[in-house]
Amino acid sequence: MNPTRTPATTESTGDTVPGRRALRLGPLSTVWRPRALLVPVLALAVLLLVMAANMGRGEFPISVADVLRVLAGGGERRQQFIVLDLRLPRSLTGALVGAALGLSGAITQSVARNPLASPDILGVTWGAGAGAVTVLMLGGSYGSISGPLGSVGLPVAGLLGGLLAGLAVYALSWRRGIDGFRMVLVGIGVSAVMANLTYWLLTVGDVTDAGRAMVWITGSLNGRGWEHVTPVALALVVLVPLALFLGRVLGALQFGDDTARSLGVRVDRSRGLLVLMAVVLAAVATAAAGPVAFVALATPQIAMRLTGGAQPPLVASALLGAVLTVTADLVARTAFGVVELPVGVVTAVLGAPYLMYLLIRRRREARA
Amino acid sequence: MKSLQAAESARLRANQLRLGYGDRLVVDGLDLDVLPGTVTAVIGPNGCGKSTLLRALGRLLKPRGGSVLLDGKRIDRMPTREVARIVGVLPQTPQAPEGLTVADLVARGRHPHQAWYRQWSADDEAAVAEALRMTRMTDLAERTIDELSGGQRQRAWISMALAQGTDLLLLDEPTTYLDLAHQIDVLDLVQHLHAEAGRTVVMVLHDLNLAARYADRLVAMRDGRIVREGSPAEVLTEELLLDVFGLDARVVPDPVAGTPLVVPIGSRHRS
Repeated sequence: MNPTRTPATTESTGDTVPGRRALRLGPLSTVWRPRALLVPVLALAVLLLVMAANMGRGEFPISVADVLRVLAGGGERRQQFIVLDLRLPRSLTGALVGAALGLSGAITQSVARNPLASPDILGVTWGAGAGAVTVLMLGGSYGSISGPLGSVGLPVAGLLGGLLAGLAVYALSWRRGIDGFRMVLVGIGVSAVMANLTYWLLTVGDVTDAGRAMVWITGSLNGRGWEHVTPVALALVVLVPLALFLGRVLGALQFGDDTARSLGVRVDRSRGLLVLMAVVLAAVATAAAGPVAFVALATPQIAMRLTGGAQPPLVASALLGAVLTVTADLVARTAFGVVELPVGVVTAVLGAPYLMYLLIRRRREARA
Repeated sequence: MKSLQAAESARLRANQLRLGYGDRLVVDGLDLDVLPGTVTAVIGPNGCGKSTLLRALGRLLKPRGGSVLLDGKRIDRMPTREVARIVGVLPQTPQAPEGLTVADLVARGRHPHQAWYRQWSADDEAAVAEALRMTRMTDLAERTIDELSGGQRQRAWISMALAQGTDLLLLDEPTTYLDLAHQIDVLDLVQHLHAEAGRTVVMVLHDLNLAARYADRLVAMRDGRIVREGSPAEVLTEELLLDVFGLDARVVPDPVAGTPLVVPIGSRHRS
């Protein structure tokens, strides 16, 4: 009855498919792609080193080797206190924020079939920013923000703002399906609205609040504690497995709606769920560290080129996002002597030329 | 009235189908039976609703009214994956991401048979190898889609639909943008699938002469309705061409196949 499975005569070519070696174990099976395995492993190693270097820096410098020793459970008491209690939360926040942004970007770029479609461009980051700034400005003095308002209010406000912006973009670009290019255009518009809303909030608020909020808007990891780690870690613990489970659908969604549907994908439901996950990830990350630019835009594309696929890989994007964010933080803290820049300044400086490169390349493609 | 027997044996059946986009109704009250093991070609002028009908038959478009039955069951009430294992659809202009290899494209056809833990089973591999072989794409398997010529690209997409392992195939203008030799190439492949593997095929075709040659049944549409259906000889008449396409033409027997051959007259040769 099923005529495709007639490999009865396997004379010349055999039953293997060039370029897709199988890796099978009982009922488990996948395609053997060494690079897709190697890149995340290397990224993880690099991440550990960069985090160690970042944690070693400060008023009491500690060598990378000592930091690693402390992380492994050894080291002196004083070093343990400095690394684990004082410096780990900052680097961990950076890594988790970067991972969330990388994963979020990988999802939105796949869904929109457009490398420009990252949460920064789609207005989600600015939406989350507007939500968080509302809390910063209305929540009274910045000093008290570390209380319940800081650990609950800020992430929740960021999440709400991000969700609102994401929903607006999705609804406004919906026209019998989603077109990636239209989504990007609408996203740029929503971004502008959210950015101006944020700036308006800054002008009507208290001057000292505004100054601190400005630092936050650039994206900063300064003074991040465990209360910043928890929400992002929680979001990642829940959403990474879900993303990997739905990741298979992303592959089919890359071919236009009709093809995906004919492959048995419930296009609207899957896509809605994936976009929702991406929005939550970006919003939670933004609430923790401010809108750190460029990470969600670039890491999925870098990860894709490193792994050699045709689609941003989820795990590699997340890990590279973490590497990029912590590296940028390290650069921001060391490159300018005593002056510590917010991490977002470094990522933005990297991001602007990359964005221009993407736009120019897109234009060439559109002409060709 | 359709006979009870036809209703029971039809693989796909459209029942008083109403289809449209936005405010526009494209197909209104259409009935059609696709019988098992046949090649059906849908013909008609641009904008008559051919592609819309095909999309509804493949459950890519939700009907406004009426229903599509797949093997006697309401297609919109069947699980999506189950439909995807029975019906394969090749849309008119499918898009593939840049840098995707032919092997990876064709392997995507296995999607309805896979799960997160089962992404490349022996069955998958055998089906993809077979699909590549049938479309003569094995040697090009590691090329990327953007490196292929138009004809090769079309064969790659058909290969993907084959790897899906469905015995019902819906092809929307599989020969568009191809030169004549490649059109014949693709249609020979369709013919082969039909003859060797007993697949049921419904395709939208623009070229009437090729439709007459390669299809068992023709369905001529105009303004969202079926004007006539039957064997090529029954459908492709001079009077129908004038009625459906507004085309003044002579119909003569094809010297090779004996099927009807449409010879348009045009103003230059009108007496």
